[in-house]
Amino acid sequence: MSATTIGLDRVGSAAILRIAGDVTSGSEGDLMAGFNSAIDAGAAAVILDFAGMEYMNSGGIGLLVTLLVRAQRGGARLLATGLSEHYRQILSLTRIDEAIEIFDDEAAAVAAAGD
Amino acid sequence: MTIPSRDADHWAKPVDRLSAAGVAGAKVDSVSGKRVSGPLQGFGQLWQKTFRVELDGALSPQEVIAAWKDRFPTFWPKGSRFYAPLAGIAPGEVALLDIAPVPGSPVKLSTGVMVVYADDESFTFMTPEGHTLSAWITFSAYRDGDSTVVQAQALERTSDPFDELAYMLGGNRMNDRFWRETLANVARAMGAGEATVDVQVVCIDKRRQWRQAGNVRNSATLRTARHTLTAPVRWLTRR
Repeated sequence: MSATTIGLDRVGSAAILRIAGDVTSGSEGDLMAGFNSAIDAGAAAVILDFAGMEYMNSGGIGLLVTLLVRAQRGGARLLATGLSEHYRQILSLTRIDEAIEIFDDEAAAVAAAGD
Repeated sequence: MTIPSRDADHWAKPVDRLSAAGVAGAKVDSVSGKRVSGPLQGFGQLWQKTFRVELDGALSPQEVIAAWKDRFPTFWPKGSRFYAPLAGIAPGEVALLDIAPVPGSPVKLSTGVMVVYADDESFTFMTPEGHTLSAWITFSAYRDGDSTVVQAQALERTSDPFDELAYMLGGNRMNDRFWRETLANVARAMGAGEATVDVQVVCIDKRRQWRQAGNVRNSATLRTARHTLTAPVRWLTRR
């Protein structure tokens, strides 16, 4: 199992959280810290880039739900990109795709975040 | 060529509507035709509840989870029934439940769960529309030093305003007691005797999602109440 790494980039009013490695319940500290940094820096939208994600179990999906709720509560938009077909299916299965905007590529997500 | 993810076999495949065709023994199937409903689709405040019990470590996490999956119905508190899928607790399977809304009550809420994830160290249920809770419940075991820790963690909202009211009037406490008893039963079955169950409850979101108030149309609680109240009429018309 590889550790979660979270990178943070800023594009206009949006922040991009680059998620790599394994996402499990053990990723909570890193993921929440990245999200909080983005919000504290004034991002109105946070794009989750899953292109580097290798594995996600149900603990990871639980974290994603919590992150979505926190974003909704804070008035921030949450968008996603870099999802493989497998993870798109998981987001559909769990109906998380009803609450997060999913884009095929980063450019589209960044453009949508600026709307 | 796309390389399948390591977790591919652990997740259920997406389904539009649930089917409880693989369950035997339940009198009522109130799940088939419904969709799953997680914390994002629920109405009430969002709670994260974690119940943990420590075992002495003689059993590995994998052995505990294998036994928990295999004998899941036997660990439930008395008065409630879990009708396991014939294929066992595996990704994509649906189970049916009869839950006593009040301990000892002859009235049962009929609902179910879908197994959305299962591996050697954990498994996760999602509730269907109509269930009292819109929830995501993960059962897991892990090593902590020389011990094996067994855990049930629920991320849950009540599904509609009536369920939320019932939750505030005692349903929340009964729900806590249900899982505490379940964990104690698991620990007892794994040889831990009368183990102490550690409980952590955190309110993740105090707001209620009023846009989801319409979930009441699927409510198992209201359907059961209506069925109970009209029982005398049905009894008289059958005579």
